[in-house]
Amino acid sequence: MEVMLSVLVGVLVTAAVYLMLARNVLRFLLGLILISNAANLTIFAAGRLNTSAPPLIPEGAEAPVGFVANALPQALVLTAIVIGFGLFAFALVLVFRAYEALGTLNSDEMRVAEPVEDER
Amino acid sequence: MGAKTTTDGATGSRWLTLEGLLPVAIAALIFAWLAQAIPAVGAGEVVRYSWDWVPSLGIALSFLIDGLSLTFGLLITGIGALVFLYASKYMQGHAHLARFMLFLVLFMASMLGLVLADNLLTLFVFWELTTITSYLLIGFDHATAKARRSALQALLLTGTGGLALLAGFILIGTVTGTFELSEIRAQGDVLQEHALYLPILILVLAGAFTKSAQFPFHFWLPNAMAAPTPVSAYLHSATMVKAGVYLMARMHPNLGGTEIWLWTLTIFGAFTAVFASFMALKQTDLKQSLAYTTLMALGTLTLFLASDIGYAITAAMTFLIVHSLYKATLFLVVGVIDHETGTRDVDRLGGLARAMPVTAFAAAIAALSMSGIPPFIGFISKEIKYAAALGVESEPVFVIGAVLLANALMLAVAAVVAFSPFWRNKHLAAELSPHEGPWQMLMGPVILATLGAIFGVFPSLLAASLVNPGVAAILGPEAEPAKLKLWAGVNLPLILSIVTIALGIAIYIYSRPMRAALQAMGERLVNFDRGWDRVLDGLKWLAAWQTDLIQSGVLRRYLFITFLTLLIGIGGTIIAKDALSVTVAWPDLLLKHWVVVALIVAGAMLTLTTSSRIAAIAGLGAVGIGVALIFIIFGAPDVAITQLLVETLVVVLFGVAALKLPRLDDSGRKTHRPLDALLAVGVGAIVTVVLLMVTAGPLDRRLTTYFEETSWPEAFGRNIVNVILVDFRALDTFGEIAVVVIAALGAYALLKGRKQDDPR
Repeated sequence: MEVMLSVLVGVLVTAAVYLMLARNVLRFLLGLILISNAANLTIFAAGRLNTSAPPLIPEGAEAPVGFVANALPQALVLTAIVIGFGLFAFALVLVFRAYEALGTLNSDEMRVAEPVEDER
Repeated sequence: MGAKTTTDGATGSRWLTLEGLLPVAIAALIFAWLAQAIPAVGAGEVVRYSWDWVPSLGIALSFLIDGLSLTFGLLITGIGALVFLYASKYMQGHAHLARFMLFLVLFMASMLGLVLADNLLTLFVFWELTTITSYLLIGFDHATAKARRSALQALLLTGTGGLALLAGFILIGTVTGTFELSEIRAQGDVLQEHALYLPILILVLAGAFTKSAQFPFHFWLPNAMAAPTPVSAYLHSATMVKAGVYLMARMHPNLGGTEIWLWTLTIFGAFTAVFASFMALKQTDLKQSLAYTTLMALGTLTLFLASDIGYAITAAMTFLIVHSLYKATLFLVVGVIDHETGTRDVDRLGGLARAMPVTAFAAAIAALSMSGIPPFIGFISKEIKYAAALGVESEPVFVIGAVLLANALMLAVAAVVAFSPFWRNKHLAAELSPHEGPWQMLMGPVILATLGAIFGVFPSLLAASLVNPGVAAILGPEAEPAKLKLWAGVNLPLILSIVTIALGIAIYIYSRPMRAALQAMGERLVNFDRGWDRVLDGLKWLAAWQTDLIQSGVLRRYLFITFLTLLIGIGGTIIAKDALSVTVAWPDLLLKHWVVVALIVAGAMLTLTTSSRIAAIAGLGAVGIGVALIFIIFGAPDVAITQLLVETLVVVLFGVAALKLPRLDDSGRKTHRPLDALLAVGVGAIVTVVLLMVTAGPLDRRLTTYFEETSWPEAFGRNIVNVILVDFRALDTFGEIAVVVIAALGAYALLKGRKQDDPR
């Protein structure tokens, strides 16, 4: 399944990069969500996908019984998902406000901080 | 430039102040302390002090007193004390006298540290400190643009040289394994025989040549005359510019003795000496004239340090002291003239001897010494120079020619500077009203000039105390220094001396037409000062150009470059290391796997291609749910729950916001971006390849095993993922919460700000 997932991540990254390179910052946001999903899947797949047993310790046992899924990448991905959400939420508000203030979603026209000099 | 103050003290500003006298006392005390080391050092002893500074990097605050550093130390503190006394009067009444004196003392301390340091990195630190303090001193008159420009020029030029020097020192450290000069020295010819010798030599000489203003880095020194005259007298005659000479002398045992050392120093030194002498003759400003003669002296010193025969090094050591004595005197004299008459233009001055007899006396002795007339020490120095030139290994005729020409021109310049203003028969303009300077300003010139005369009559004093130990420090204790004698019989050096004097007098007599000719010629020659401006302009242009190139201000271009760098960085590394080993074992997949993957791909494609906002949100939702399903299938229910929750939130938030935003594309306009698509496919492919390579390798499960084994016994939790998050890695989770809170606060602030400035 890792092979399949590798290809899947590649597809997601391709779509994400193309979207992020768009002029429309809303498309950039779509790309941002896709690429964080791809990153999470990458971490998950790197921990190997060879069982469906969750990393739990049954009652009365000191350690997991039998072979269970790798707990470490799961913990990392959990954190990544939440932080990715925080980033997305902030970026979304930023885009929203930028549109309100500048009247455009085209990043090429957002030149308040670095105005185009005439003589160039 | 010269702070013109009333000289009789009637203004009420007292001369006897703490900031005026304390520096003098400090310098005099250090001088006395160093002077008591003369007998011991003369007997071949070496005093060394060392404290640990950064032991892990092999940097120690270690100081060494041998013949060479002692000579420099005495010059620095001795001339320092006299210059400080002079400055306290020269700058009296200046609003920033205390600041000026502080800079001077700081400079003296840096210079002392430089010449006494035994550790290369300590030396470098002090080297840079002299650069910084001299920047402050040259730019002291910071209200004028010229002073600021000169200060910056000196800083940039010597600072660049300093960087080269640091690189050279680090190379030396890696070759020899130590930064202690005394230890490097004990290793013998290790550096000369090492493969890195040439780069080390170039880097060290770059530092020395910029500091000591060797051609073609000479132009900062005459510009530095923008500083008040005490600074010029101190820094640009006796001390700072000699730092490069000191460095060459100090590194002589470790870097010298090779063909390339010999020829580099000979050619640069000789050229600088002759070139500077002509330039000196060209000037009408007394201070500018002296500045160029300093260049000549620095060139001569470099020229003699090229060689490793006893005569040449003796000549260098003697001339070093002689030059410091007479040059400091002459600078101070020019300062007195400037201070008392208000001008330094040689064409406007004449007949000052009657009004300023003491100044005239000091100037005359110094000038005679500079011209090399017996019985002054300058004569002996010149004799030794000729004797040394006759014996050099490179090209005696070339060296003698350079030295002879420089010396003759020097005599002419000495006459212009020290004879014309005082003895020339010229009616002074009435507003100049010359009178003798105050005693504080006369003490320095008189003492220094008199020393020149005393050493001339009793050269053995100088030889035994400073010159011979200095030569021993450079060439080793077994070296044979030349004997300093006033009368060595009729020999070739004496004949050369007579030729020099005759030639010099001839040049002086014809100095006016020669000056005119030189000035006319100078117009057509390359102007290095202007070249410097062009270099700076070029740098600014380059900076602007590359800023335009890299920082276009276009978000898409930044992202493009970022992704391209990622692609080239990872792909290039894989190709360069020949590490591409992807074995695709197509596994047997269940139907549910196919369904999930198809769902995600379909969602991604929909998001990618649609221009409808709703469709894009739907696509995102499909991808998110698909990812959650993958988490469920492979044993990560907690992650899946979080993913579902977050994905729902994302879709809702995006939906709410997007509905208030315009469509994804302007109607009827849909752009295809083939280049972006190519890059996107490349990045996607490289991620796939990397992930395939990672998953094909073995997995290190140690950490996982640790968590599995300790989760219950130590943290009393049965859900290992949860235990990791809230127990083992609790701080990470805390940081994560902080991130979310900050994002929420930021978003809140953005939205709140809207209501205030837009009451819609």
